[in-house]
Parts: sequence; C-alpha cells; structure tokens
Amino acid sequence: MKKRLGFYLLLAPLLLWLFGLIIVPHIDMFFLSLQEKLGPGDYQTSLANYAAFFNEPLYWNTFARTAIMSILATMITLLIAFPVSYYIAKLAQGRIRAVLFTLCLLPFWVSELVRTFGWMILLRETGVLSHLLQWTGLAGQPVEMLYNDATIMVGLVYTSMLFMVVPLVTTLDSLDNAHVEAGYDLGGNGWSVLREIVIPHAMPGIVSGSIVVFMLCLGNYLTPILLGGKSSLWFTEQIYDQFITRFNWEQGSAFGFLLLILSSAIVWTGLRLTGQNLSSTMGDGGER
Amino acid sequence: MNDSTDQAPALECRDIVRTFGKFKAVDHVSFSVPEGSFFSILGPSGCGKTTILRMAAGFLEPDSGDIYIKGKSMLGVGPNKRPVNMVFQHLALFPMMNVADNIGYGLRRRGVAKAEIAVRVKAVLERIGLADSGAKRISQLSGGQKQRIAIARCLVLEPDVLLLDEPLGALDLKLREHMKVELKKLQNDFGTTFVYITHDQSEALVMSDQVAVMNKGVFEQVGSAQELYYHPDTAFVAGFVGDSNRWRGRIDAADASSVKLTTADGLSFAATPPKAGGLGAGGEVDIFVRPESVQIARAEADVQAMDNRLQGRVESVLFNGANSRVLVREPRSGGEIDVALPQTGAFHELRKGEDIWLGWGKDQAKCFAAGEAG
Repeated sequence: MKKRLGFYLLLAPLLLWLFGLIIVPHIDMFFLSLQEKLGPGDYQTSLANYAAFFNEPLYWNTFARTAIMSILATMITLLIAFPVSYYIAKLAQGRIRAVLFTLCLLPFWVSELVRTFGWMILLRETGVLSHLLQWTGLAGQPVEMLYNDATIMVGLVYTSMLFMVVPLVTTLDSLDNAHVEAGYDLGGNGWSVLREIVIPHAMPGIVSGSIVVFMLCLGNYLTPILLGGKSSLWFTEQIYDQFITRFNWEQGSAFGFLLLILSSAIVWTGLRLTGQNLSSTMGDGGER
Repeated sequence: MNDSTDQAPALECRDIVRTFGKFKAVDHVSFSVPEGSFFSILGPSGCGKTTILRMAAGFLEPDSGDIYIKGKSMLGVGPNKRPVNMVFQHLALFPMMNVADNIGYGLRRRGVAKAEIAVRVKAVLERIGLADSGAKRISQLSGGQKQRIAIARCLVLEPDVLLLDEPLGALDLKLREHMKVELKKLQNDFGTTFVYITHDQSEALVMSDQVAVMNKGVFEQVGSAQELYYHPDTAFVAGFVGDSNRWRGRIDAADASSVKLTTADGLSFAATPPKAGGLGAGGEVDIFVRPESVQIARAEADVQAMDNRLQGRVESVLFNGANSRVLVREPRSGGEIDVALPQTGAFHELRKGEDIWLGWGKDQAKCFAAGEAG
C-alpha cells in the first residue's frame, strides 16, 4: 500500500502538469473553437471558424507555406547535422570530441531572442555583412539581407541544429566500428557503407531528431517574425494575430487546433514513410 | 615475384614493421601461408597479432615491408579491393539486415545479378547447414549459428584468404569446443586459406596446419602444433604452449646434448639444451618439464633409470577424467610439481599425504637461457 502511495505521489506532478496545462486548456480551446460569434455576448455552436480557414486562401496558403518551409528546414538541418555528428561520434577523439560538442551547445547559452537579434545585426541593411560587402567593393550600395525566405531558413536551421546533433551523436556513437569495417571489407565503398550500414543504424536518431526539429520550426514564432518581417507569413503569426491583435479567440483556437492536427499528420506520415514507429525511436533511440 | 601465380603462397608478409608512436607493434615479421592451409598466429594480448591481421585486411598500412596475396603486392590497395575477407571478433553481422541480406551484402557490392545472389546465398546456407534461416533476423540466431553466418558471409565471396580475429572468444566453453571442430571442417570443405589469430593455445593447436607463436611484435617460432609442443625453440614458446613445471638454476656443466644444473634450493637436474646451443657453465637457465612426461612411482627403484628423480608428498589430487593431475610438494624447495596421472588408472587410489617418487628423462626437460617466458 505504501509503495502505491509513493508511486502516485511521484506521478502527481506529471499528471497535474499534463492535465492542468495541456489537456484542460486544449479541451477548453476545442470548445472555444466551435463557438461562432453572432454579436456581442451572443454565440452559437458551429464549424464557422474552421470554414473561415478553408474559405480564405491567405490562411491556408500560410498554413501550407509554414508546413513546407518547416519540412525543408528539417531536411537542411539533417543534411548539415549528419556529417557534423558523424565526425563528433566516430572520428573525433578525447578532448576534441568534448570541445566540438560544447561548441554546438554554446549558442544555446544565450537566449533565443538575443541570438536572433545577432543575426539581424549581421544581415540588416546597415549591418556588418552589408558594410563588409561595400568595403570590399562587391556591392555598390547597402544590401538588405533580412526579410526574405532564405534568411528565415538560415535562422530556423541555426536554431534547430543542436536538437538534431544530440540524438544523432547518441545513435552514431552506438554504431560498432567493426560494422563499418566489415562493410568495407566485404567490398563496399564509402557511399554504400553509408547507405546500407550507417544510415539504417542511425535511423532512430534521424527520425527522433527530425520530429523534434520539425515541431520546433512549425511552432517557432520569434525567428520567422524577426528575420522574415511582415512578409514572413508564418502560421503561428496568424494565431498570435487572432488572439492578441483581433481578440478573436474563437478563430485563434480553431487555428491552433488545425496546427496541432497538421503537425501530428506530418509526423505520422514521416514515420510511415521511413518505416519507423514512435516507440522504437523514442524508446531505445540510443541502443540497438 | 614468380610469374606463375599458382605457385605463389596465398598470403606472404615480407619484413613488415608497424609502429604506433614509440610502440613497435610488429617488428620485422616475415611469413608465408601456403594455399589452402590453416595458419594460426598465437600470442598473448598486445603481442601485435591483431595488427598483422589488420594490415593483411587493409585497415592498416605497414610502415615498411610488403604484403603479397597470391603474388600481388597489396600496398596501397584498400580493404574493399583486396581478395581477402575478415571474420571480426564480435562477428559484426549487420543487425538491420536478415541473414540472407547479410550474406548477400558482398555479392550486391560486386554487382552480381539479384537472381544469382539468391542462388549463391541459398547454396552457401545449405553448405553450413542453415538452409532455412535466410529470412531470420540476426537477433534470432544462437551464438554458434551467428558464427557460421559470419563465416559464410565471407566465404560466399570466395576470398583468396579468410582472416579470423578470435571469433570464438565470445562463446561459452562447450560451444567453443564444438566450433573448433566445425571451423576446421568448414575450412576443409571450402578449401579456403584461413589465417586465424587467437590467444587460446588449444584453438590454435587443434585447428591449425601451422602455428606462429608471437610475442612482443616478433614471431618466436613457426611450426606445426607438434613441433611447438615437443620441440619449442625458445623459452617463451616452451612456457606459452602447453603447461610446464619450471625451475631456474645455474649450469654446472654443459655440452652439445646435455646440461647439468643446480637450482638455488640445491636440486640438481639434467636437461636438453636448445638447438641453437650457446649455453655455458655458470649461466642462468630455465628448465621446462611437461606434467605428462613426469613418471610417478611408489618406490625409488621404479624411477632408478631416469636422469632426474625427486621424492615428494601428494598435496592434492585433481580428478578430471582423462586430464587428472596430482600436485606434489617437493620438500627441499617447497615448490609444487604438477604431474599428469597415467591414463591407465594405475594411480587412481593415490591420496593426499602419500609419499611418492617422480622421475623424468633429460630429453623431457627443455633448457633455455633464463629470461622472459610466457
């Protein structure tokens, strides 16, 4: 009996957190999203808020754009993080390894806001890079490098890097060097060893890293707004607009739910396409 | 090199050297392995045997010297381009592939047609007696099956030389005994040249046509199992291969065929000097006597004809069927002598505390200049 009590006491904070901060607000938001505002203080239950999303091209264009940009950012992050992780996990030794890992972590000691402003100082019209280009004569006039998609992408990849490197280093670390050597010994070259041995082994890390990075990009607000400016058209910005600027909580809740459904659907599709499941990637990502 | 590559040994190392920093892992080693034979390199851990194997496989390059496979120099040839394959210590079977894909991996790399791969994989699975295991996952196999799959994965590529890096080390004793026989049988069936490294002398002695005993980066002796066991060239080989009783003493008199010596405790022995000779009176030497070459007797008269005689008291009887031993305490030195019980069962009633006589001929006692022994 005493054991039971201890178990529930330990579980209590988690349950409180889950229920109080996640489940209850979501249920509330769900009901809110089904309310249609007819007049001041006059509501009726309908799907009008969801209909508004499908009837207004701006909304679902932003929605699709956010999804595609996030997927793209995830892929770019993976492509950059994989060789970095492979180097840290397999090639670097001793102190170098720890130093490299710390270097990946270092940017995260500063708040995201400060980091993003750092990018702005570098890239704006009167920024460091613009001055450098003018000084070297490569550009005749100030160059504006902020407020375009490429900049948003750079910001997203930069912010997400660590969340891809950590799971990848963990899974690649558990890859037995003898497997790689056996791959070569039996006639494989660098590419086929990577494709048939390294990547299949690292798959749980790739998938869990990709899920985390994708979710972070999709739900990111600061980076797209600050680096993309007015033209960023990020879906979180639409939600923020509905809640804060227009004070239309009903519409905002509907958007929030659509984003939740979108991210779940894309993660599910991703898992399906790679033949992984959530328990294998989250459960024993590190060992096999 | 000889033009007719048929005559060339399957693997030949000429004067290879490999250092790691200041440590000389392999120090001017030369050897050649004839086609179709089972060659073992036996040595304690850290003696450089793995380094030799990795140089043959192509994972390491020698600092100097050359490695030939079927008469072709392998310097600068990558591991994926060499006609050798390796069975790794922990086998390194790919866990993400099933058995058939593991075996077919090398064939796929060579661009063999899919249908052909299926046929050859099936054929090799049949030969190793695992015909219906193709679709199994690696984790579903037993230790012995994994072993056979790892070997089949290499043999399906028909390599000129198969390198084996202590593949039996991870198995339990009973399975290891079984796999020794099996490996030898596989080698016979396929007729492939095997180069096997191990620190376990019984593996090397049982399976090999030729064994090289290696210590501190050099080959101490290369020969058949019998030669190493009965005619060791060096103190290291005498001590490392098989069990021995040892004494250290100073030479009283020496000639080409016999050495007389006295130990610090005053025991006198007669022994056979090494082929190389070079032992003179006054020098310090070690002698090695195998437990099975010591005769037991209840009366001194029975060992009267022997060159060496000792009286002792039975300390304990270690019964183990055909491998039974007695430990005899020698009163002068207080040392224990390990003696094999005759297999006839003649002394089966021997009990602790009995006084007995031991004797052996000088031919049975190998004498080497005192130094380091295994």
